[in-house]
Amino acid sequence: MLLSMFLLLGTNMLMAQDAATGTVATDSDKSAMWLGVGYYALLLLVAAVSLVILGKILRVYDLSQKIQGKKGINWNNIMGFVCIIFLIAGIYGATWSLTVQGSMSLPESASAHGVDTDNMFTVTSILTLIVFFLTQSLLFGFAFFYRGSDKRKAHYLPHNNTIEKIWTIIPAAVLTVLVVFGFFTWQKIENSTEVKGDINIDVTGHQFAWELRYPGKDGKLGALDYKLTTGDNKLGIDFKDPRSLDDLQADTLVIPVNKSIRLNIHAQDVIHSVYMPHFRLQQNAVPGLPTFFKFIPTITTAEMRVRTDNPKFEYLLYCNKICGGSHYNMQKVVRVVTAEEYQDWIAKQKPYLTDKLRTELKLAADKSTSAPQAATNRLALNN
Amino acid sequence: MSTLAVHDHGIVHHEEGHEHHHKQTFLNTYVFSQDHKMIAKQFLITGITMAFIGMCLSLLFRIQLAYPDKAFPLLETLLGRFAPGGRLSPDFYMSLVTIHGTIMVFFVLTAGLSGTFANLLIPLQIGARDMASPFVNMLSYWFFLMASLVMVSSFLVQKGPASGGWTIYPPLSALPKAMPGSGEGMTLWLISMVLFIASSLMGGINYISTILNMRTKGMDLWKMPLTIWALFLTAVLGVLAFPVLVAGVVLLIFDRSFGTSFYLSDIVLNGQVQPFEGGSPILFQHLFWFLGHPEVYIIIMPAMGLSSEILAVNSRKPIFGYHAMVYSLIGISVLSFIVWGHHMFVTGMNPFLGGVFMITTLIIAVPSAVKTFNWLATLWRGNIRFTPGMLFAIGMVSFFISGGLTGIFLGNAALDINLHDTYFVVAHFHLVMGSAAIFGMLAGVYHWFPKMFRRMMDERLGYLHFWITFIGAYLVFFPMHFMGLDGVPRRYYAFTEFESMKHWLTVNVFITWAAIMSGVAQVVFIANFIYSIFFGKKATQNPWNANTLEWTTPVEHLHGNWPGEIPTVYRWPYDYSKPGHEEDFIPQTVPYSQTMSSNSVHDFEDNPAGLEEYTKWAVANKVNEQVK
Repeated sequence: MLLSMFLLLGTNMLMAQDAATGTVATDSDKSAMWLGVGYYALLLLVAAVSLVILGKILRVYDLSQKIQGKKGINWNNIMGFVCIIFLIAGIYGATWSLTVQGSMSLPESASAHGVDTDNMFTVTSILTLIVFFLTQSLLFGFAFFYRGSDKRKAHYLPHNNTIEKIWTIIPAAVLTVLVVFGFFTWQKIENSTEVKGDINIDVTGHQFAWELRYPGKDGKLGALDYKLTTGDNKLGIDFKDPRSLDDLQADTLVIPVNKSIRLNIHAQDVIHSVYMPHFRLQQNAVPGLPTFFKFIPTITTAEMRVRTDNPKFEYLLYCNKICGGSHYNMQKVVRVVTAEEYQDWIAKQKPYLTDKLRTELKLAADKSTSAPQAATNRLALNN
Repeated sequence: MSTLAVHDHGIVHHEEGHEHHHKQTFLNTYVFSQDHKMIAKQFLITGITMAFIGMCLSLLFRIQLAYPDKAFPLLETLLGRFAPGGRLSPDFYMSLVTIHGTIMVFFVLTAGLSGTFANLLIPLQIGARDMASPFVNMLSYWFFLMASLVMVSSFLVQKGPASGGWTIYPPLSALPKAMPGSGEGMTLWLISMVLFIASSLMGGINYISTILNMRTKGMDLWKMPLTIWALFLTAVLGVLAFPVLVAGVVLLIFDRSFGTSFYLSDIVLNGQVQPFEGGSPILFQHLFWFLGHPEVYIIIMPAMGLSSEILAVNSRKPIFGYHAMVYSLIGISVLSFIVWGHHMFVTGMNPFLGGVFMITTLIIAVPSAVKTFNWLATLWRGNIRFTPGMLFAIGMVSFFISGGLTGIFLGNAALDINLHDTYFVVAHFHLVMGSAAIFGMLAGVYHWFPKMFRRMMDERLGYLHFWITFIGAYLVFFPMHFMGLDGVPRRYYAFTEFESMKHWLTVNVFITWAAIMSGVAQVVFIANFIYSIFFGKKATQNPWNANTLEWTTPVEHLHGNWPGEIPTVYRWPYDYSKPGHEEDFIPQTVPYSQTMSSNSVHDFEDNPAGLEEYTKWAVANKVNEQVK
């Protein structure tokens, strides 16, 4: 108790110093720093000394009890009681955490498949929480009820085949249900086969940003060839493919509500991961291995702002695979809009084939018959 | 640092050694010792040193997570260029996370745990004079020490240690330009790991051959304590799995240094097209996790074995369902080789394969559940003696339950989509394999300390250490589940860049202070450990009234363990509180002929001659009773 008060005081002092001196390292800052270090060292010393004193007091008490012919401190009893106190406090703490911190977790799923995910999550949670509270209660309850005593002998029970069969079969049966349920949900979610009417969007990760590519009027995305990548053609789009000519670039991942969206996920340098937790969606972006995720957004950003009572709410796309120093700051805003808003928005987006790129490529096409060749040559010259 | 620790400890014993007229030299007794007991102590002290380093690294990045906007001038003084202006740099944060993980997983919970207790307990509990090849055993320690030194020395290179996460996925780890830590730091990491694996294999082969060939008379497999079963299966897993990591690491070295493309393809780094073609980053993940998943069982199974033994001894009851415990260990060992894909559900692996791995993964929960229930049944109607070792074993069970249950979420591919690589995973594995395994290890240290150092550790400091660490670990890891459920990714340097994560900042402060509290508790442990080595209460031969063979050796250490003949084993190791016997334990070396009053028909299942004797005795005894 005393220790925690000291600690709190210490933090306040240290923070006060930080606030007062700012972040610039000056001489006074240095001395303040060593003062802080000294304070904590002293604190530890005080704690250690009080611990030793406490230990001595306990020993003296123990010995004096023994001299008087009593039994001395019964640590078995004390530890048994601490176990039961821990159990009660632990159940309270876990319940508090589950309700208070549990309510800080994600809002309802904003995608169609996410509803299945959430249902399964709820079922699994209920089952595991029952087991959690039951087994922990038994563990610490037994520790309390059967705390050692010289008067008693333990019950010799090496095995009991019936009960062992029961507690093998029950978990196996419950897990079978979860496996079957999970297997089919997984197969359903992971089906990313392209169907007519899907909106294909390319998401490409690199250190440390995401690039987006939308299909133009033809509704189709053109081919990519990483060898064509240059400063102007940063995705390496192959413009010999006629489908590429009208491909659009965008800053925000805007998607229409209730339409099937197919994300084609690429990475240029290292592995990244497209993680959109509100949609219960994640898929790694792997260099050399295009991946996909198909989903149907069901709640628009505007509607979610109302539901979460947060006017600034935005869906986000994080990077969720360690990719370098700025891994923690690779975000992209995702906005779910109505079909009309989507049409308005996409009409305003610019094509990847800029005028500059057009002239560059025309030149290249004149000089040689193969565009990739030209691209690599230019790159070599740049080096 | 680690050599120093071993050294210091050696000097003092050296002095004692003179009093007892040891003939061996200082060098071959305490440094290049081939005695398994000394090697165990070397592993333990190196392991504890590495654990302390790993813990300090975690406290550093916890401070960053709690106070992302604050400058701590002390950090600049200590870390220099890694913490400019008193704030950790993002790249160094990654290094801390990476090296913390590597040290804890490999150096503490693999070598520190298996290395210590396999070396100490295998010869002592099966009745052997030493390991099968003491020289290879010694080499195993020295390779481990070299690996540790190389790993720690990577903090001294200009660009800092490896920083691609402990899983070192290429291309991040393969391209030196991808991040500073992928330069020399990564090279050192790979060198260290190759040394480590060599150490682990030399140890593992030794453990297996010793257990299979060198058991004393009467010690058949079904009379071995569960510690030995666990250590045996752990060694088998290590011998089968670690070579695959070597293969993975060697190919990575080729990609890094010799321009091959095993893991690399279609790469444009910083706008420059790279020449790699045809490789697959997923290949590395398969190779890595083919080791990586058995690895987590390599970590937890010794902890399970140690805890089983300690729970039985201190409940004064036989372990419940001994055969079931062994079969579940075997089941876990076999299954652990076919579940590695659950780390790769969202990596781009074929979704059908994901479904298959989900099935195998959830099956492994069954033997784990059986083990848990058996531990609980062992406590039921026991006569529980709360030694610090016992408390840590109970804590191990508690963590194994809490962390194991969240595995049911993560093993489910559909749920893993949204939980993969979030704080939910961090909470899960820190409880189930981090805290549980370290508690198993600490339980072992408290329990077998008298065997190692001939003195007892202070119990009251042990109690303090247990409760602070136990409560602290729950306070640290329990809230992390909910951060994960809110979609907060792991390995993020700061939560400040995302509006949606800012409500977790206060929780981060709380977690950091809980972590510091637990860290301080480890100082209590270290103080108790060092003090007790030199000044602890002298141990008696069998301080816990245990049945296993190691407590029949004299308190004074001998090379060869037993003076005279190695004792013969007559019974299983769990005859605690057997009805009809006046004491509440019957050591394995006591023949049934000496315990007629407590024998039962069950004791003679495969011994017809014994059964005949017993029935005769029983009839005679009943006659006597009637006369009375």
